[in-house]
Amino acid sequence: MDKIYGRPESIRNKVSTYCPGCLHGVANKIVAEVLDELGLREKSICVLPVGCGTLGLFYWNVDMISSAHGRAPAVATGIKRCSPDKFVFCYQGDGDLAAIGLSEIMHAANRGENISVVFVNNSIYGMTGGQMAPTTLENQYSTTTQKGRNPLTEGYPMKMCEIISGLQAPRYVARFSMDSPQNIIKARAGIKKAFELQIENKGFSFVELMSNCPTNWCVTPLESLEWMRENTLKVFPLGVYKEVE
Amino acid sequence: MKRHFMKGCEAIAESALRAGCTFFAGYPITPQNEIPEYMSKRMPDYGGVFVQGESEVASVNMVFGAAAVGARAMTSSSGPGISLKSEGISYIAGSKLPAVIVSVMRGGPGLGSIMPAQQDYLQATKASGHGGFRMMVFAPSTIQEAVDYTYKAFDYADRDRNPVMVLVDGCLGAMMEPVVLPEYHVASNRGEDWVLDGCLEREPRTVLSVSLTAEPQEQFNIEMEKLYESWAAKDTEVEFYEMDDAEIVLAAYGTSARIAKTAIDMLRKEGIKVGLIRPITLYPFPYEAFENMDYDIVKHVLDVEMSIPAQMVDDVRLGVLGRAEISTFGRSGGVIIGVDEIADAVRKLAKGGALNG
Repeated sequence: MDKIYGRPESIRNKVSTYCPGCLHGVANKIVAEVLDELGLREKSICVLPVGCGTLGLFYWNVDMISSAHGRAPAVATGIKRCSPDKFVFCYQGDGDLAAIGLSEIMHAANRGENISVVFVNNSIYGMTGGQMAPTTLENQYSTTTQKGRNPLTEGYPMKMCEIISGLQAPRYVARFSMDSPQNIIKARAGIKKAFELQIENKGFSFVELMSNCPTNWCVTPLESLEWMRENTLKVFPLGVYKEVE
Repeated sequence: MKRHFMKGCEAIAESALRAGCTFFAGYPITPQNEIPEYMSKRMPDYGGVFVQGESEVASVNMVFGAAAVGARAMTSSSGPGISLKSEGISYIAGSKLPAVIVSVMRGGPGLGSIMPAQQDYLQATKASGHGGFRMMVFAPSTIQEAVDYTYKAFDYADRDRNPVMVLVDGCLGAMMEPVVLPEYHVASNRGEDWVLDGCLEREPRTVLSVSLTAEPQEQFNIEMEKLYESWAAKDTEVEFYEMDDAEIVLAAYGTSARIAKTAIDMLRKEGIKVGLIRPITLYPFPYEAFENMDYDIVKHVLDVEMSIPAQMVDDVRLGVLGRAEISTFGRSGGVIIGVDEIADAVRKLAKGGALNG
């Protein structure tokens, strides 16, 4: 019998320690599948963030470096400029990328660094325990917005695809969701597109993956998917924001 | 031997190139702008990469990435910028990667002045970032030494897989002197088992400074302590000047030491027995030079720095251990110390007067 589905080689055979229902595992897996499919595993260097994404340290089966909070695109710049023949991707969360690392992501994008950034957006700080992120929705509860995020004092959700697609250099900027099998298939195709652009030396690509955080949203895994559809996906519309062939 | 008439910052940059530095990232700040400017011009000629980062924070993290893939990498800045780079320097140390950091000091604190000072001694030697790591710190006092120690800094960084700092002040960075430049280094240490180059036919590698449990982190700290202690034994460098019969001993480094030597020459002609101990490595600090002085002869130690309050004097005290009186004399904020000022301070001590207090 032919084997038609299995664990990607780019993921280690380990038990996940992500929280129950968290979509980071899905994001890890589809990135790994694309690495396998494009034959990139043995030439990849993954730049890890600070936050839940750091746990990728235990799962990816590729060379990795763990960077400081928000600095992954700068670290990736140093790596790629010195090793242009390697495949370099950053895996970052929203607290990491859209708050403390806003400068690094904007300037790496603006320089058109030939790297790929996978941005997992669950609208909250996960690992530190559910504090407000730049992507937290209006009126959304967090441990630092206990009456809900008030835009008059805490600002509005930061929309990274919309911001980055306004720059001239980036080649591909797109937002996908991981709330359903159909959307996961689309996200996987978007990641593949982004990675292919780097292989072709075409420059900066950015894929945002809408995710969840059942633990810090204080809902069940299934409820978290419903919450995404009813709330986050309305604030963060899916789609390709920029594509330059 | 061919000599080149070069400005300090440019000589440091050229030396780094010749040491095989192939990656430089930096951000403009006076008085070290000639380093990134020189690198931007020369790097591409040597197959290297220059990036003007969007900030000091980004620049040092670019160096972090470049070091992880085996490049000889460097960044430079001045005090306010080194403060920002301190995060990245700590990550480089925590990840066991080699890198060279050049700090060209100006007056401070805060935005301070852009004029030469020595007000970042403590920053360089005690806590250039969080977590209690140390790095070797070289303090040249001529442009030739700046060239020589920048060149050597890359070797020490590679040997220990640890950041190394070259610490000069704006005076050395901006003045010009004839220098002999070192030969071009042929990199030979790459392809080592810590370099990230894709896991082709081997197990994946990780470069990280994170430990989710306490004991491995402590073990790392213990191993690093052994490394730091090994420097004290074999890598400490110090210069003695007119020390054979010195009753008054000046302690000074870098530009201050150079100015102090002129004062000593002047004072010796007046019959005042004065000498100098010049730490070349500020970390490891040459405590032995002070520990081993003949305290039957040495009556007074005068710490001379372009810093108020004095900073190196804390280390001088640890070497002297109360066996001689210690005073400090310095200018600060960007005022360059004068030969006559040092001489007057020594004359006062020679007459039995007190400087401080």
